[in-house]
Amino acid sequence: MGEKYKTGVLGWIDARFPLSKMWNEHLAEYYAPKNFNFWYYFGSLALLVLVLQILTGIWLTMNYKPDAELAFNSVEYIMRDVNWGWLIRYMHSTGASFFFIVVYLHMFRGLLYGSYKKPRELIWIFGMIIYVCLMAEAFMGYLLPWGQMSYWGAQVIISLFGAIPGIGDALALWIRGDYVIGDATLNRFFAFHVIAVPIILLAMVVLHILALHEVGSNNPDGVDIKKHKDAHGIPVDGIPFHPYYSVKDIVGVIVFLIFFSIVIFFLPEMGGWFLEKDNFVPADPLKTPEHIVPLWYFTPFYAILRAVPDKFLGVVAMGGAIVVLFLLPWLDRSPVKSIRYRGTAYKVVLGIFVVSFIALGYLGTQPATPVLTNFARVFSLLYFGFFVALLFLPKFEKTKPVPDRVTSK
Amino acid sequence: MKNRIFAIIMMILPVPVLAAGGGIHLDEANIDPTNTQSQQRGARLFVNYCLSCHAAGLMRYERIGKDLGIDERLVAENLMFTGGKVSDLMTVATADDDSKEWFGTVPPDLSVIARSRGVDWLYTYMRTFYRDDSRIIGVNNLTFPDVGMPHVLWELQGWQEPVITTVKDHDGTERKVVELELVEPGKLTPKEYDRAIRDLVNFLDYMGEPAKYERRSLGVKVIMFLLVFLIIAYLMKKEFWKDIH
Repeated sequence: MGEKYKTGVLGWIDARFPLSKMWNEHLAEYYAPKNFNFWYYFGSLALLVLVLQILTGIWLTMNYKPDAELAFNSVEYIMRDVNWGWLIRYMHSTGASFFFIVVYLHMFRGLLYGSYKKPRELIWIFGMIIYVCLMAEAFMGYLLPWGQMSYWGAQVIISLFGAIPGIGDALALWIRGDYVIGDATLNRFFAFHVIAVPIILLAMVVLHILALHEVGSNNPDGVDIKKHKDAHGIPVDGIPFHPYYSVKDIVGVIVFLIFFSIVIFFLPEMGGWFLEKDNFVPADPLKTPEHIVPLWYFTPFYAILRAVPDKFLGVVAMGGAIVVLFLLPWLDRSPVKSIRYRGTAYKVVLGIFVVSFIALGYLGTQPATPVLTNFARVFSLLYFGFFVALLFLPKFEKTKPVPDRVTSK
Repeated sequence: MKNRIFAIIMMILPVPVLAAGGGIHLDEANIDPTNTQSQQRGARLFVNYCLSCHAAGLMRYERIGKDLGIDERLVAENLMFTGGKVSDLMTVATADDDSKEWFGTVPPDLSVIARSRGVDWLYTYMRTFYRDDSRIIGVNNLTFPDVGMPHVLWELQGWQEPVITTVKDHDGTERKVVELELVEPGKLTPKEYDRAIRDLVNFLDYMGEPAKYERRSLGVKVIMFLLVFLIIAYLMKKEFWKDIH
């Protein structure tokens, strides 16, 4: 293919920069399995949301003021006096929640089809780093509107660092830059939110994709398409990403944008789940809101935190709930990747895991009554139980034979 | 959080729901956001009765005129009492220190109050003031007990007094029900007063998010475009994929 472009502008560039080579390696001659299903839309959608967040973020930054005196009003200024400001702001606030929806579904796809298994462990690790960056990004971004929930949410989360024995209080003070959340905190969170974290995030996305393209994509059958190649060395079950998956992903993008638009234009607060009511009250250090609740995408971990009676151990459990996900490629020892050919045992434990995660997410939004806390304890145990069960699963699990080639389409 | 759950329930169910904390029924505001006349009347009430203590410091007079179809000259004549330009923000002249001395707190800015409290709460709150001689300001509120705000609209509504009755529930437990009874009629009949408050809340709701109507009408167009685009994109995908088996 490169032969064709030896002349002209592209030829000139190609002689100096591997433009055509990169295009081919990552799109036109990147062979993806032809049997991708519904779950395989969410990777490209996550990339789309990332781009939207960066673009809307740049435009928000043009009018936002990272100053405790001005922040709240500057957001409302964007909502009222800036042309299309309301649209940009809602795209950004809705985009944050949609980012997590898309990423959670993308991660669940990994669990369904064993996409983290050898040789894709590093893809999973990079993805997990992206997920952690995303949580940091969302947490710090949520402080910026400087509403009551921004303020008190940040207060609660940063105080968690205070639970670390010995250095805790000094650490929390160092993070805040003040004895309470204040202007100093707002300024540094702004710096991290718009520069530091996005740079790491983008770098990790590049590594995530490079690692993926090095080993090739997994698929719903979990079989290696590189085992069967034609005379030209092309996998017989592979098709070039461009144009096949680029045109297919456009369909996914539009369906996504329809859902995205429904929220932006008709339900931007999503009944308080995407924009909380209390966040329309300016931050007041002297008035604690009745219930301080993190946004929905953090609530599973928040529920685990509250389920543990000791504050420090709670922080450890919450951190552990995230760390253990990093270890998934080494905890799941089954040679079979796809859930299609795994035994009932795996289907059951995965089902319990998903139910526990959603239940914890719900419980994290509720006041911690004794009954609900006990529920949170049970589901926390089930959450961690999933990873323990994976270690023992190979002994019980009756897997089905994996086909040699991809099935269906 | 309770408030949020209630908000969701209220969105789904068309029944009044108990408010968190106060334990009072929130009456449905039933506002019609497309009724600009109602919003105009609300704006008048707002500048006449609220704006002397409460600011709406994020809102410009000019914008109200533009969105609610009021001529700029009329905005200046009917909504602005302190002079200034129509492009000014709706701030108040009362110094914060004075407010603190008079009411014990600075009256909150009302620009986004409809988004933090919700329209049903506001509608109920403005109708549940009652005479309470045990308090210095002589007034209390069922929806917001011991609120610092006096009953500013008393000359419109008149005065209410609480009537406490005890009712038995189905399971036999007794509970006290506080109802308010109009003991001194105001300029408006209760029906007219409810309508006036509905207008006021309708205006507050508009002011909470002036772009709301613009966003809904734009949303319809965007989604229609996406649906058409979806058909084309789907046909394109089908065309490309027909040789993949």
